[in-house]
Amino acid sequence: MVEIIEQKERPASNYLRAVTAIAWKDLAAELRSRELLSAMLVFSLLVILIFYFALELDVKARNSITAGALWVTFAFAGTLGLNRSMAVEKDRGCLDGLLLAPVDRSAIFFGKAISNLIFMLIIEAIVLPVYSVMYNINLFNLGLIGVTLLGSVGYIAVGTLLAAMSVQTRTRDVLLPILLFPLVIPVLVAAVKASSGFLLGLDMSEILPWLNILIVYDLIFIAVAFMVFDYVVEE
Amino acid sequence: MIEVKKLVKRFGLKTVLRGVDFHVTPGEFVVLLGPNGAGKTTFLRILSSLSRPSMGQVKVAGYILPGQSAAVRQRLGVVSHMPLLYGDLSAEENLQFYGRMYNISGLNERISAVLDLVGLSARRYDMVRTFSRGMQQRLAIGRAVLHNPEVMLFDEPYTGLDQDASEMLDDVLKNVAAAGRTVVMTSHDLARAEELGTRFDILSRGVIAATSTRAELGSGNLLTFYKQALAG
Repeated sequence: MVEIIEQKERPASNYLRAVTAIAWKDLAAELRSRELLSAMLVFSLLVILIFYFALELDVKARNSITAGALWVTFAFAGTLGLNRSMAVEKDRGCLDGLLLAPVDRSAIFFGKAISNLIFMLIIEAIVLPVYSVMYNINLFNLGLIGVTLLGSVGYIAVGTLLAAMSVQTRTRDVLLPILLFPLVIPVLVAAVKASSGFLLGLDMSEILPWLNILIVYDLIFIAVAFMVFDYVVEE
Repeated sequence: MIEVKKLVKRFGLKTVLRGVDFHVTPGEFVVLLGPNGAGKTTFLRILSSLSRPSMGQVKVAGYILPGQSAAVRQRLGVVSHMPLLYGDLSAEENLQFYGRMYNISGLNERISAVLDLVGLSARRYDMVRTFSRGMQQRLAIGRAVLHNPEVMLFDEPYTGLDQDASEMLDDVLKNVAAAGRTVVMTSHDLARAEELGTRFDILSRGVIAATSTRAELGSGNLLTFYKQALAG
């Protein structure tokens, strides 16, 4: 007869184990294929190169557009990564494999969101120095790095949720940016304003409201994703 | 082991299942037959908690769906015509990943036992994308039995397999059933269904149109039974 292998009665550690397993699986698979990171990186470098040649800017103008150019680059590259990350799950039916696991389905969201965030942070860690050299601007600013992290968390939280929704449709490549960009306008505006503030050396009192928006946005959308992910992925 | 009463499933205005009643006792190997579009896959997706019923009662291994779906999933193994495996991970890494998702203790030993069962021990460290369709399907069965489920659902597992791969899958399926598991399999292959199944249900136009055990049916009569059920 079949001997049932029971889960240990530690729901929190089971949940955490599932989250890390999904993130580990994504990172291990990407380490082999490098499909997602190479696409995001090439796209990002092309965008900043286009900005470089299209906008022949003096030093003052460079400082003022840097935050916008960077966040446009991150947002577009991030969409590529989000689409690819969920398409991998859907194409071979692996999303069903994840949904069949006996864990709360929000663990799938957090696992995918963590790996997506790591991919985005890797791209940002490469793009920032390249941009810094090309435009001769010092981007090694702790405040800017903090904003990049907060903005990326918000973007990935919404993006992972919507990618899980759009991947179920035939028009997923088109649908994700159409759904995502209107919803991430607050995070992009706040991230651009806060980044500009740090780059232009503004007073912290002028930057703080934008940082607060980023933190609140991150918390709200992580909570929303936690609550609705189960319904988003189920037929 | 599986109890389904008056199950209805609608997708928008389209009703796919129109009041299915279905009962499976422990250890049975039920083959669900029916034409394309009869609702077999939808039915299995509901049993596996991947889809919510619109109406009706579904109980698997004593747990009600969709309310107790995590408990059902712990006791369920599912194999479909898609492998549910990651091509850029090795056979071992795929099983390790699913083993962690199911929180299986003694995972390495269990992985070795499962790879032996499906005859893939020699390919343990190879990337799944280098596997043939038949090998991927055998590994998919390994993935599905990794947590030693009581109930197994197979959705057309022979799709796309050549003759040799199908014969190998026959052996694996017989081993799976011999372990005392309750099995529900959908198939279009009547010869294989007759060889493997202990009971045959015909799903047609969204309801179970006919049901018969192998003992009742006798040898070589499944095709006639199937045609009569569809005609009726």
